[in-house]
Amino acid sequence: MSTTVSDERLRAVSPWRKLLSRPELGAVAGAVLVFIFFAVVAGDSGFLNFRGVVSWLEVSAQLGILAVAAALLMIGGEFDLSMGSMIGAAGMVIAIPVAEYGWPVWAAILLAFAVALLIGYLNGTIVNRTRLPSFIVTLASLFILRGLTIGATRLITGRTQVSGLKDAAEADPLARLFIGDIFGVPVSVYWWVALAVIATWILLKTRPGNWIFGVGGDPEAARNTGVPVNRVRIALFMGTAVAATIFAALQVLDFGSADVTRGVQKEFEAIIAAVIGGCLLTGGYGSAVGAVFGALVFGMVQQGIFFTGVNTDWFQVFLGAMLLIAVVFNNFIRRRATEAK
Amino acid sequence: MTVSARAERDPLIRITDLSKFFGSVIALQGVTMTVYPGEVMCLLGDNGAGKSTLIKTLSGVHKPSQGEIEIEGRPVTFNSPKDALDAGIATVHQHLAIQPLMSVTRNFFMGREPTRGWGPFRTFDLAFAETTVREEMQKMGIDVRDPSQAVGTMSGGERQCVAIARAVYFGAKVLILDEPTSALGVKQAAVVLRYIAQAKAKGLAVVFITHNVHHAYPVADAFTILKRGRSYGTFRKSELTREQVLEMMAGGQELDALEAEIKEFTRSDGDGGVAPQTSKTVRREQGVKP
Ligand SMILES: Nc1ncnc2c1ncn2[C@@H]1O[C@H](COP(=O)(O)OP(=O)(O)O)[C@@H](O)[C@H]1O
Ligand SMILES: [Mg+2]
Repeated sequence: MSTTVSDERLRAVSPWRKLLSRPELGAVAGAVLVFIFFAVVAGDSGFLNFRGVVSWLEVSAQLGILAVAAALLMIGGEFDLSMGSMIGAAGMVIAIPVAEYGWPVWAAILLAFAVALLIGYLNGTIVNRTRLPSFIVTLASLFILRGLTIGATRLITGRTQVSGLKDAAEADPLARLFIGDIFGVPVSVYWWVALAVIATWILLKTRPGNWIFGVGGDPEAARNTGVPVNRVRIALFMGTAVAATIFAALQVLDFGSADVTRGVQKEFEAIIAAVIGGCLLTGGYGSAVGAVFGALVFGMVQQGIFFTGVNTDWFQVFLGAMLLIAVVFNNFIRRRATEAK
Repeated sequence: MTVSARAERDPLIRITDLSKFFGSVIALQGVTMTVYPGEVMCLLGDNGAGKSTLIKTLSGVHKPSQGEIEIEGRPVTFNSPKDALDAGIATVHQHLAIQPLMSVTRNFFMGREPTRGWGPFRTFDLAFAETTVREEMQKMGIDVRDPSQAVGTMSGGERQCVAIARAVYFGAKVLILDEPTSALGVKQAAVVLRYIAQAKAKGLAVVFITHNVHHAYPVADAFTILKRGRSYGTFRKSELTREQVLEMMAGGQELDALEAEIKEFTRSDGDGGVAPQTSKTVRREQGVKP
């Protein structure tokens, strides 16, 4: 498009400045720094060789799957604290029908996704109807879902772990999507990239993407311009529940066993990755690409500390500090984006 | 109201006995109003009179507690602002429905995004959207420096212009403007008034709320006065003089008190609470009085 505008007030903005106002900038820069740091410190103790790279990529990928969905939801102005519990629940919904009732694995997987859609629908509907902060609503779901998972599993199986799925999973056509690796790279990495691409495409290139930003920025304004605010929210909560189920399928089918405590605290890790990725806690701003890099930072730090031989207890200190830096940085960016006159 | 002259024309909007309650608050009570195509209806009334509430029920933000709305003779029930927009009713709300963190283009087309492509691969046609935004804003005399610029970086008047340009662009049958000129400079306000005149010429029905008699009088065909949630009736422009309109805006009898007060101010060449331009206006109107 030709620039018809000859406004004398239009100062030439360098591409560099434009880049600076992208939400994912912080996470990309952070990822580069973290990579360089561990490449120098732990480069010869395995961080850089193929198996090392695959190990931190896999950690990043699994978290990244959750983080991308959490980022979309955060841009839409909400949180889902029940993601971790959803992982435990979905794992059991896959494992119990197969191990206890002899279901084919693909049927159990489909059931788990159906349950996830239902849970997401319920979370979204409760938030819409009560107009309570989703933080509180999904905090309730976190406990209800975890409690239901533990209670029902013990009731049905008498235990809190279900195993012996490995053979059935390896023979199943649908389960294959969640097992093993392609060209030496775990399938989770492909899921991560595919979901990030889809999420980015939705956000930036489609109508619902525009609505997500609008709903998160100012739901009342969005509704007044004709955006189906409630439906957008419900779809986003379904997205986080489905992402949790993909995560669960990847773990349960790979290990061949499920445990009721799977996924504990994953909701926080997903939110941290999304925030490092530039999502504002207040909604309306952020990116899926940012969440990808947020998860990458997370994975590199977690595995990098392991490779340096430092006690991994220190990981959490690092994590908290990163979160704080990211939030401060994001606030600065937001002020630049809105107030730069 | 002189109904006979327009008996052969069907009203575009007919509001019958409309009430709106918020819990125990009666925001509107039994309001009846008719707007014809190609006509500008000016809603007058003090703050809190219920003007915004009335246009919010017209634009699908609120559901009426009682009463009926007909568009082109058909009773309508708007379950959401989207229904009203789909019916060709576009609104500039008093508190602009604008997203500060989003770009001008994304704001302009929020909820009405142009698409291209097919089925699940339909995409938001941003190139078309940006060209359109530039053109529409240019018509208002505003060069959008960068359509991907966040609206939050624009001045209040520019933001208002985005909301108005959007409504003008999407308003197919009815254009509703709730105090659209309050944050605008003289030049942009004139553009808005010209828009209203254009919309009227195209046969749209326009509902226009303003506190400025110089904005209301030139474009209006009829005035409906609201007071404490009730309608004091609709008057044709031919039935009213400018100063009568002004009097209605200030809320009738209060104007006499105001006039006395203003006399006080002008004598002491005042500082006081009333804006100086109000006093000037009143004096000029007094001069015109037959
Ligand atoms: N959502 C609401 N809940 C409760 N009261 C409201 C609401 N909206 C408007 N009101 C009340 O209705 C009355 C009319 O308000 P409004 O239509 O905004 O007046 P105007 O636009 O004429 O200044 C006011 O007394 C206001 O407090
Ligand atoms: Mg108002």
